[in-house]
Amino acid sequence: MALIDIQGITKIYQLGDVSVKALCAVSLSIENGEFIAIMGPSGSGKSTFMNILGCLDKPTSGRYLLEGTDVGSLGRDELAAIRNKKIGFVFQGFNLLSRTSALENVELPMLYNGVTAREREQKAMAALKSVGLEGREHHFPNQLSGGQQQRVAVARALVNNAPIIFADEPTGNLDTKTSAEIMELFTKLNAESNITIILITHEPDIAEYSRRIIKFRDGCIMTDEGGKNV
Amino acid sequence: MINIPSTLKISFRALRVNKMRSALTMLGIVIGVGAVIAMLAVGKGASQKIADQIASIGSNLLIILPGSTSSGGVRMGAGTQPTLTMGDTEAILRECPAVADVAPEHGGIAQIVYGNQNWATGIRGTTPNMLNVREWQLASGRVFTGQEVKSGGKVCLLGRTVVDNLFGNIDATGQVVRIKKVPFIVIGVLEAKGQSLTGKDQDDTIFLPITVAQKQLFGTQFPGMVRIIHVKAKSTEDLAAAEKQINELLRQRHRLGPKQENDFTVRNLTQLMQTQEQSSKVMALLLGAIASVSLIVGGIGIMNIMLVSVTERTREIGIRMAVGAKTWDIRLQFIIEAITLSLIGGVIGIILGVGGSKILSTFAEWPTIISPFYVVLAFCFSGLVGIFFGFYPAYKASLLDPIDALRYE
Repeated sequence: MALIDIQGITKIYQLGDVSVKALCAVSLSIENGEFIAIMGPSGSGKSTFMNILGCLDKPTSGRYLLEGTDVGSLGRDELAAIRNKKIGFVFQGFNLLSRTSALENVELPMLYNGVTAREREQKAMAALKSVGLEGREHHFPNQLSGGQQQRVAVARALVNNAPIIFADEPTGNLDTKTSAEIMELFTKLNAESNITIILITHEPDIAEYSRRIIKFRDGCIMTDEGGKNV
Repeated sequence: MINIPSTLKISFRALRVNKMRSALTMLGIVIGVGAVIAMLAVGKGASQKIADQIASIGSNLLIILPGSTSSGGVRMGAGTQPTLTMGDTEAILRECPAVADVAPEHGGIAQIVYGNQNWATGIRGTTPNMLNVREWQLASGRVFTGQEVKSGGKVCLLGRTVVDNLFGNIDATGQVVRIKKVPFIVIGVLEAKGQSLTGKDQDDTIFLPITVAQKQLFGTQFPGMVRIIHVKAKSTEDLAAAEKQINELLRQRHRLGPKQENDFTVRNLTQLMQTQEQSSKVMALLLGAIASVSLIVGGIGIMNIMLVSVTERTREIGIRMAVGAKTWDIRLQFIIEAITLSLIGGVIGIILGVGGSKILSTFAEWPTIISPFYVVLAFCFSGLVGIFFGFYPAYKASLLDPIDALRYE
């Protein structure tokens, strides 16, 4: 069974009288342990696609099976539970809570699934250690560099042992050297922990780290190269 | 599953970040709760004071005064025309079913002498029933008997003020005092009652057998004349009936025709004061109601700030939703924040309200009573204000779209 199985997904935004078709009948299958880069110009529908894959948004039509579960039939809170257990997000703007220590930022997903305070701290410490931020647990986001902040975000995505990480332009705000470090971190997580990584990027050299590159244009998949056989 | 300790921690942090704003928001609740507590304390104190005075004159009390005469358009004051008799007193007790007890009074002001001390005070000739009617206890000694009234025994009961002025620390019981040169044996001392409603010292008095007052001390215009009759009705409900029965009985006994006015006046002291007590209670409620308006205004302040807070923290809400916060996780976070604000405000308000009413009773000498029930009520009410006015902002936050919230700048 594929990890993600998408059949004929469309997304239409209604802006007043005009309806904008952001996705047109996209079908795709992603296996466990893949490392995928989604590329395409602005407005190509890749962000919409990502939001649907990340259970933040629902398709207008089509079927989305995540580990065999039909996500389209789920309600708001059930989607929240799926995001909590199965999906980790890494954003371009880091999206950490300011005035909240790195440790507490990483603990955040566990606040919503009934993990005890003690266990939360242990797991968060371990996650921070795995992204190389040992000793910076009690720093606040504004005391950390961009690369370090993104590592905190990665630790937060990892902490619930989610099988999938969605990264929306994770290196967009970082310099080349730090970008390379973050991408190496993703590569390591993919190789060692078999975590499926799906990232959106503009930059071809970032996409190079992946093993499968999907290119979007005008809401449709233009090319889908690589895949697990590469 | 909702994580209350972590949610509380988040709320406290959010409130700490905007200290000034949180403090100002709380101020509304502080003033509201403080005002409610202080107003209720003042109101309750006032009605308690009146209730105490009712208790001190004796409950269910009617007083019958003789004639306010009105002849040729000239109305004289009550008591100007002596019309009440011992016979009236006995008839009232005998024939009015709503009356529990009756005591006549005849007396005046006279000087009382003990050794080289003297004191001028109100002498009340009466019967032993007086103590029952006025609900007055003895501090020491015994009451004079019906036999002593009949035989004109030279015995007397002294009020606390009289004892203090004549005897100081000496035990008054058994001593001999002279009133208008007539020696009386002190057989008992009355318990202290304090001030009456009009501020008169009720303890500045002497009780002695009415026959002695009538025949030897003050004299009468006709035998058996009585200045005042004190009546105790069976219950508060019987007061009106007793008044009616007494009116009918006395009109009949005094042979008044249908067109003639009463030659006596019945005063319902208890009812008078209960009306006062009632109005003071209404006043207290009114004050409380006005004060609670400020509590509601305070609540609106909380709602306002919470709405601002939700807008400011849209991105935070988006992040929480993305990592798995459910509808009620978000709602509870903001509701708890609002409750925290209002409860802290409530506690400070209670402290200020209690302190304020203490200050009022100390400096303005208003009697105030803090009832624990009102304190608990005010605390719970401030919590409810938090829930009520926190719900809408929390509801709004929980309905945000996670994608829009994450993009919010």
